[in-house]
This record gives sequence, structure tokens and C-alpha cells, in this order.
Amino acid sequence: MKRVVITGAGTINALGHNVADTLEAMREGRCGIGELQMRDVERLAVRIGAQVQGFEAEGLFNRQQMALYDRFTQFTLVAAREAIAQSGLEFSGELAARSGVVMGNSGGGMQTLDENYRTVYEEGKNRVHPFVVPKLMNNAAASHVSMEFNLKGPSFTVASACASSNHAMAQAFQMVHGGFAPVMITGGAESMLCFGGVKAWEGLRVMSKDACRPFSANRNGMVQGEGAGIFVFEEYEHARARGADILAEVAGFAMSSDAADIVMPSKQGAARAIAGALKDARINAGDVGYINAHGTGTAANDKTECAAVADVFGRHADSLMISSTKSMHGHLIGGTGAVELLACIMALKDGIIAPTIGYEEPDPECALDVVPNEAREAKVDVALSNAFAFGGLNAVLALRKAP
Amino acid sequence: MSVQDKVIEIIAEQAVLDPSDVTPESTLEDLGIDSLGVVESIFAIEEAFDISVPFNANDPTESDFDISSVKSIIAGIEKLIAEQAA
Repeated sequence: MKRVVITGAGTINALGHNVADTLEAMREGRCGIGELQMRDVERLAVRIGAQVQGFEAEGLFNRQQMALYDRFTQFTLVAAREAIAQSGLEFSGELAARSGVVMGNSGGGMQTLDENYRTVYEEGKNRVHPFVVPKLMNNAAASHVSMEFNLKGPSFTVASACASSNHAMAQAFQMVHGGFAPVMITGGAESMLCFGGVKAWEGLRVMSKDACRPFSANRNGMVQGEGAGIFVFEEYEHARARGADILAEVAGFAMSSDAADIVMPSKQGAARAIAGALKDARINAGDVGYINAHGTGTAANDKTECAAVADVFGRHADSLMISSTKSMHGHLIGGTGAVELLACIMALKDGIIAPTIGYEEPDPECALDVVPNEAREAKVDVALSNAFAFGGLNAVLALRKAP
Repeated sequence: MSVQDKVIEIIAEQAVLDPSDVTPESTLEDLGIDSLGVVESIFAIEEAFDISVPFNANDPTESDFDISSVKSIIAGIEKLIAEQAA
């Protein structure tokens, strides 16, 4: 089997429009959550979110592209450009024919849906723009990445709610690991911060009205974010032969399904995915230094996740660090695991652990080292990234320091 | 603005050209407008004139609307405006 390394990273999210700004914000424990700015916000009960600010898409795309790209596609392309530029790869010939794109996404073009539902339902118009379907389909972003970068191998989009991008990156890993593709562009994106998107989430009553405080006893729900995280997964020998800079190695992954409840998480399901990732990557539990938690800030997720970690790691659970960066960039739903992978790369490459900010009161049911409020320096050789989705679909990735 | 001027304006915008570069004799192909561009132009025309254009993107030649040149498009729209106002 082939070894798989990451040779490029890109992002846009509420903390920054690129990786450097995002990691700086994580190091400083900066919060990207603020008051939502959108049409009809006064009709929402939840009015906070981690919106991408100051994004001027017009300068980045031509007129025809603007007509065809929903916001989640725009985010994907901005992040993909950064990741592929960093990798230094150009796709032609055999490399182009075999390399592909696997993206995670949950809602598709929600902005497009929202705007056009308004057109036909609220304004009573009977005609919509011809590109509604190609904009809202949730493979649009993956397809546009394939077109912009000439990637002609296997490409598709994975939807597993909050675990979408971890499932996507697991698929991309498998493609490279199994020798099907030398390079895969992967990650995820989401842009649900529109009236209809937030209104739908409001209905479930799991959203906080004031802050995202993962693991804190006074946590009161999740806060939604938006953006994209994109990576270049490359076969190790291919990367080494061309002298590429390696950010980290993807050592393995595991997926599991709770087969239990459509919204409530299961400790057993989460634990099976975590333990499975260690086994797949041939990593001893004691070597894991950092876990980027799913850590949504809901009562149920955080205590279930901590219990699963305690089960898998036993006494070592008390010596590893686990933080939730959702406290800063919000929950990007189908794109969240991708943005969170950046925190794992920072831990392995720079020896800096992103904090869980907004932490106010210890919760005996979350009694782990959650790196409260301030980033920390630490040497980490192995990091995990957890994602546990609604529907009981779990995906955990294991990363190792660059070889 | 006449129907002709408005149609030329819409087509010119789609082709990213100055309206003076679009003549009644131009074909959409000459102007570099692809199939998605045609559909988008039809949408803009429908919006501008508040008409419904019987255009079938699946098989444009089967449509009861001739898009072979700017001139034929203008003639088709003038006919539709007259019919749909009646």
C-alpha cells in the first residue's frame, strides 16, 4: 500500500481567507463568531454565526463563473487555488488523467435555494434563472475544481452531514493509498448561513444564542460557521521524487455507524471509529498527543465524545490534549472536518495546539485536557481528527508528523 | 429602447462585447455564446420583455423559436410580444 502525505492546504473561513491567517487566529484564540448579517435576520431567534467577512468574489471570478458559482463553490475554489499553488503541482497528461477530487458537503447551494425559493414562493414569480440546478447541486464545487485544474480521475461529493469532509478525505486517502490515484484534491465546504438555512437549524433547538463553549459546563449549543478547507493528498514517493514540502502524513482512518438514532450521538459508535483509526494507522494509543474534537458545544456531543475518548485511551486520555476549534470558526457542517484538519497539521508541524476558547466552567463529564482558552506549545507526533455526524455516521482521521 | 436595441444589449452583455459589435447578421456562435449562454440569454430576454419564449435547450432546432441569428431572434421576440399582448 502507498503512503499518503499532504502537500498543500487552503482555506477560507471566519478566521481568515487563507491558511496563514487562520492558523494565526487559532494561535491567538481569536473568535470568528459575531452577529449574523443577512436579509430578515430580525425574524431569526438565533442571530449569531461565524460568517466569512470581507469576501469579494467579483474580483476572483469572471462574469460567467459568478453566474454559475454558489457561495460554497466560491469558497471551495478559493481554498483549492491556495492548496494547489502550495503543492506546486500542475495537472497534465497521465497525472491529470488519474488525479481527482473528493469533496464533503452537506447542504449544497443553500444560498441559491434560498434566493430562488424567495423568487417563486415569496415574490410569486414563475421564472427562475437557468443555472439554479447547476449552482445548487452539491457536487458543483467538486466539478468546478476538476474543471479549473484539469483533474480527470475519480471525482465525487460525499454527504454525511457534519462528518462529510472527514468521510471525503478518507475516500481521497483510500484512492491514493490503494494506488488508484497519485494525487487527490479533497476537503469540504459549506455555506448555510442564509435565512432558510439558519431557520431550519433553529427548529432543532441545538443552536446557542450567545456563544460556542465546547466542554464547558455552561455550554448551550452549537454555532454555525461557513467556508472551506481543501488539501492536496499525494502519494509519498511521488511527492518525494519532486522534492515537495510535506505538511503531514495521513496515516489512516476509520468510519463507523451508530445504527441507533438520527440525532443523538453514541459513545460506542464514536469509540469504534477512534479505535479503528488507530488500528488502521498502526498507531499505539499512547502515541496520540492531540485530538481535534468534534466538540460541537452541545450537551450531548461533548460528554459523549469525552466518554468515547476515555474508553479508547484509558489512562492515556488524561495525558493527551483535545480541543474544539469550533469555538472559533463555528461549525462548518459538511466542511468542518477539513478546516479542523488545519489544527492537526499545526500541532504536528509547528508544535502549537489550538485552544478551546469560550471555556468558562469545568464539566465533570468532560474531564479531559481541553486546552482551555489559550494555545499551547507541545511536541506532537500523532494527531486525530474526530467527526461525528447526525445520523450516527462517524469518521476519524489519523495524522502523523511529516516523514 | 427598441426591441432590437434591447436584444442586442442583452446578447452583447452575454458575449462580453460592446453592443456596436453585435449586428443583426451575427450568429450566436460567431459571438462566442455557448449553449449555457444561449439559455441565459433567453432567460434575460424573457425577463426584459415579460414574455415566455418556447425554447427547448434539449433540441434547439425543434423549438418554435429561431436562434440562427440575432435578426431571427429579434423577429421571434417581436412576434411573441404581439401574440402574448393579444
